[in-house]
Amino acid sequence: MLILGPIGFTVPWLLWGLVALPVLWLLLRAIPPAPIRRRFPGVALLLGLADEEQETDRTPWWLLLLRMLAVAAIIAGFAGPVLNPEEKVPGGGPLLIVTDGSWATARDWTRATARMQAALAEAGRAGRPVALVSLTDLPADGPVFAAADAVAAGLPAVQPAAWEPSEKDMVALAASLPVGGFDTLWLSDGIARAGRDSLLQVLEAKGSVTAVESARNVVALGAGGYESGAVTATVLRARTGAPGASEVVAHGLDPAGIERELARAPVAFATGEGMEIATFDLPPELRNRLTRFEIAGETTAGAVTLADDALKRRKVALVTGGAGREGLELLAPDHYLRQALAPTADLIEGTIGDVLLAGPDVIILADIAKVAEVEDVTAWMEEGGLLVRFAGPHLAASDVGRDELDPLLPVRLRAGGRSVGGTMSWGEPKTLAPFAEGSPFEGLSAPADVAVSAQVLAQPGPDLAAATVATLADGTPLVTRRAVGDGQIVLFHVSANAEWSSLPLSGLFVQMLERLAVSSRPTRPEEEELSGTVWAAERILDAFGALEDAADLPGIAGERLAEPRVGPDLPPGLYASGDRRMAVNAIAPDRMLIAAEWPASVAVEGLTVVRETLLKGWLLMAALALLMVDLVASLALAGRLTGMRAGTAALLLVLMPAVSPDGAMAQDASEAPLFAATGNVVLAHVATGDAQVDDIAHAGLLGLSTVLFARTSVEPIEPMVVDLERDDLSVFTFLYWPVTADQKAPSPEAYLKLNRYLRTGGMILFDTRDADVSGFGAASPEGRRLQALAAPLDIPPLEPMPSDHVLTRSFYLLQDFPGRHAGRAIWVEAAPPDAERAEGMPFRNLNDGVTPVVIGGNDWAAAWAIDDTGRPLLPVGRGLGGERQREIAYRFGVNLIMHVLTGNYKSDQVHVPALLERLGQ
Amino acid sequence: MSETGQMSARPAGLRRNAEALAATLPPLLADARHLAATVQLGEHGRRLSGMGDEFWQYRPAHAGDEARLIDWRRSGRADAQFVREKEWQAAQSVHLWVDDARSMEFTGDAKRQSKADRARLLALALAVLLIRAGERVGLADPVAPPRSGEVQLLRLAQAFTREAGSADFGAPEARAILPGARAVFLSDYLGDPAEVEKALGRAADKGVTGVLMQILDPVEEAFPFDGRTIFESMAGTLRHETRKAGDLRDRYRARLAERKDRLAALAREAGWLFTTHHTGDPAQGALLWLYAALRKDG
Repeated sequence: MLILGPIGFTVPWLLWGLVALPVLWLLLRAIPPAPIRRRFPGVALLLGLADEEQETDRTPWWLLLLRMLAVAAIIAGFAGPVLNPEEKVPGGGPLLIVTDGSWATARDWTRATARMQAALAEAGRAGRPVALVSLTDLPADGPVFAAADAVAAGLPAVQPAAWEPSEKDMVALAASLPVGGFDTLWLSDGIARAGRDSLLQVLEAKGSVTAVESARNVVALGAGGYESGAVTATVLRARTGAPGASEVVAHGLDPAGIERELARAPVAFATGEGMEIATFDLPPELRNRLTRFEIAGETTAGAVTLADDALKRRKVALVTGGAGREGLELLAPDHYLRQALAPTADLIEGTIGDVLLAGPDVIILADIAKVAEVEDVTAWMEEGGLLVRFAGPHLAASDVGRDELDPLLPVRLRAGGRSVGGTMSWGEPKTLAPFAEGSPFEGLSAPADVAVSAQVLAQPGPDLAAATVATLADGTPLVTRRAVGDGQIVLFHVSANAEWSSLPLSGLFVQMLERLAVSSRPTRPEEEELSGTVWAAERILDAFGALEDAADLPGIAGERLAEPRVGPDLPPGLYASGDRRMAVNAIAPDRMLIAAEWPASVAVEGLTVVRETLLKGWLLMAALALLMVDLVASLALAGRLTGMRAGTAALLLVLMPAVSPDGAMAQDASEAPLFAATGNVVLAHVATGDAQVDDIAHAGLLGLSTVLFARTSVEPIEPMVVDLERDDLSVFTFLYWPVTADQKAPSPEAYLKLNRYLRTGGMILFDTRDADVSGFGAASPEGRRLQALAAPLDIPPLEPMPSDHVLTRSFYLLQDFPGRHAGRAIWVEAAPPDAERAEGMPFRNLNDGVTPVVIGGNDWAAAWAIDDTGRPLLPVGRGLGGERQREIAYRFGVNLIMHVLTGNYKSDQVHVPALLERLGQ
Repeated sequence: MSETGQMSARPAGLRRNAEALAATLPPLLADARHLAATVQLGEHGRRLSGMGDEFWQYRPAHAGDEARLIDWRRSGRADAQFVREKEWQAAQSVHLWVDDARSMEFTGDAKRQSKADRARLLALALAVLLIRAGERVGLADPVAPPRSGEVQLLRLAQAFTREAGSADFGAPEARAILPGARAVFLSDYLGDPAEVEKALGRAADKGVTGVLMQILDPVEEAFPFDGRTIFESMAGTLRHETRKAGDLRDRYRARLAERKDRLAALAREAGWLFTTHHTGDPAQGALLWLYAALRKDG
């Protein structure tokens, strides 16, 4: 390569061509432009006229210069000019390429692969043998040097793993290095880990080491968990030299069971901070559905934290003594507990013996004094169970825990309890004191209107203060607790109903229960608990953070699972053993990321190769542009640039700058019709791919729109055709879907859109256009196709339209719904089974919503269709009867659109007399 | 018709010729009639008393008038005798010569009529007007001597649709022109001016007066050429090469003006009228000029 200043030439000998330029100059100069032959009668007058300047038979100097420049540009272009050429000193000897192959390399894996490919290609040119080693996937007998192209062939098989290389791996590699010197190219993921320095020392002893690191920071998601009622996720980063920001996204299942984004939480790192906590303030309903967290934009296993049982709904057993008091629901001891817990927990009821068998996380005893199964309950508590007890008349009246500490009570109790602020006692009902620091209720605010009028009292003692987590304003304990093994007992000194206090009526009650329930969630199982169990992987994470099926992985012993370190024998993922599910994440719970540091002897490169800028394209482009100018100039000079040609030439010159070697992509945005649809009512039909059906559907909707415009206050604009794959459905209220036998099924994404559309109040009118000849959906090709098309749709149970359906009276009173065919039943959402006939009304009180689909086969669009002049497009029936049928078809269309737009408004009309009557009284 | 006899001599070509004739004649004739219709004219009176059908004036009878000339109805209303005079309606013979040389086929723009087409159109339209006025119209060559009547129009039209000559530049034909008749010469006069001079001289000898109309394409007037060019005459007999056509423009136009001056001088000397018509202009003006010019000195 010849290098002149910042420009190098890959084929410098071509530059000798520049020497030929002066010769070319003389040649071009001698040859005048070719003459034009013209027939011209006036030639008789020209005879004998001599040209004035002899000079003009030569090409003008500026044109020559232009051509010279063009030729020079072509020669220089083909000589392969390179801006900022990199002059590499090709190393000698073998080359070892080491990649960490961890999850942290996954994000930049394509670039890492490109870098390895470049290194392999370079080594191939230099004839150096190469070995390629991934630290997470070591070859059994050490690296073996081979020809570069042979190694390059195996490059696609090298993939990052979801774990990190262990110290053992590095020691093994250091031990199995081949004899003799070699250079090393180390593609590092930028994280420091044990064993790395020693391996580096070994490699440096063999030859020069070049490190390649991505400029992007490594970010990972550490353990998630609960902290004071909120869900948290720890975000880690390796380089802490600059402030940074990330966003953590919580994914979970929606009510339909589809995984979607539930929440986002931003995290900002200050300089020097390697760890930040992302906090999600989620309602329990959402919290229970969480499946995983991930850092937005990071596609690595380390940026994903899977949620397991720890975030699931807890089983709460509710045991009450007051059974049999029928009719006094509000006074039942467990009424408020049930109300508070039902939304967030799975409630189990029964006797203590029964509920213990179900393995609940929490047992709540509401006003139960004596428990027979003390041993069983204690054993359950020692395994982590939380026993919550509420006081009450029974407990106060009993002598449980009077003389000595009851095993199922946190403190000793004084006999009788006390009553304050009642009719027969002095004093005011007591309010709550603010929750002390360290209490599980810390941070909750005690409402001033919560008052306690009766309670059981704790026996004073040296450990009472430590056991108390909430007190009344006068210092008497309200809630006490005691740890038992892994679990604990919590006693509320008031009853669980509103007899003794207004606490159960306040929101604080729910929050307190929530706090307690949170603190009872199972933590990571301990090793001894796991020992002897075998866990099977259900789904495992790959290095890119995607969940994969783990069909053929062997079972994993519980002991291995207890170690936090993931590796080839324990890939991160979801593991299950019996009922329990546990998530193993790529980042161990107490892991911190530390940026790797390289000694000064190691050259560190960025992952992005500083690209040499090839100037060939630009130079050739310049030559082409010059030649175009030359073309125009020559034409002008020869007098041929007239009229049209002048225009073309001007266009050529103007367009020239628009063409560049990089190419320009035209972008089109044709969203305008959708914008129009947002502000108007628009009827739309689904494109079937059959041009005739689509045209008739369009004409039909045009006809219906015209009728609506003329007869009702609905004023639709021009109908639209909807491409399910591309268009946003949310702007439409009504879709007409003619079904053809060979229609293509929409993609899964389109079905997602359709389901969302149906859920949010859209309506689809399916029309099989076969007059329903074979009974609904049974044997006609369109019917079968409809079944196939509608299977993935979120459609409620259907029934043939009952005679009192709101569609029969939403604008016109109709009992028949013909289209071009006067077919039989059409199907709508089934009425709820408990629909009743309203008193004195011919209608039942039907469901509150709009039926999301109407299915029939009467080919309505054909009956509605009009041409441009407003005349019917297709015949319907015969004679006047046919026109009547078309009119009824239009009326059905009007009713349908009214139903879509006004919902059950007409249904409500049946209640108007009753409402008026009530108002009058 | 008259051409039937001519064509029956070649029965094989009868049908083909008839069709070719029918294809070209009606448009040319129709165009000519259309053009002529734009000139609003009455009977072509001579504004002199003489032989004719139309009343001209009553004049008092004077000695020498024959008694049968006296208009008794007019004289009865007065004491003097009046003679009823009629307008002189002597028919004139007009000879048309349309240059059919190759140079006339030139047009500077595909959308523009060629000079030959324009010349024929003008000539035929003029013939329509003259025949409508009762004059006798014919060609300058012996093929079609002057006659009056509608049939002569067909004959003229057929003569105009003959194949063009092969010469590069044409020269006026004056042999067949009747003495004392009028003549109209339509050409571009780019050929040798001596020929024109000769023809004019011969015509003047016979007491023929008339009109010279030079028909030029706007391109021939403007010379909008540039660059290295080889100019060739339409038949290719003449050629001239230049390196820089633009430089010749002024000199060409000077020569053209000189040619026009010479023609005008010639016409003046012979008592003729001369004008230049460009095919870029509408034909109407040229027709009116021609018609007026023929009337003026009649």
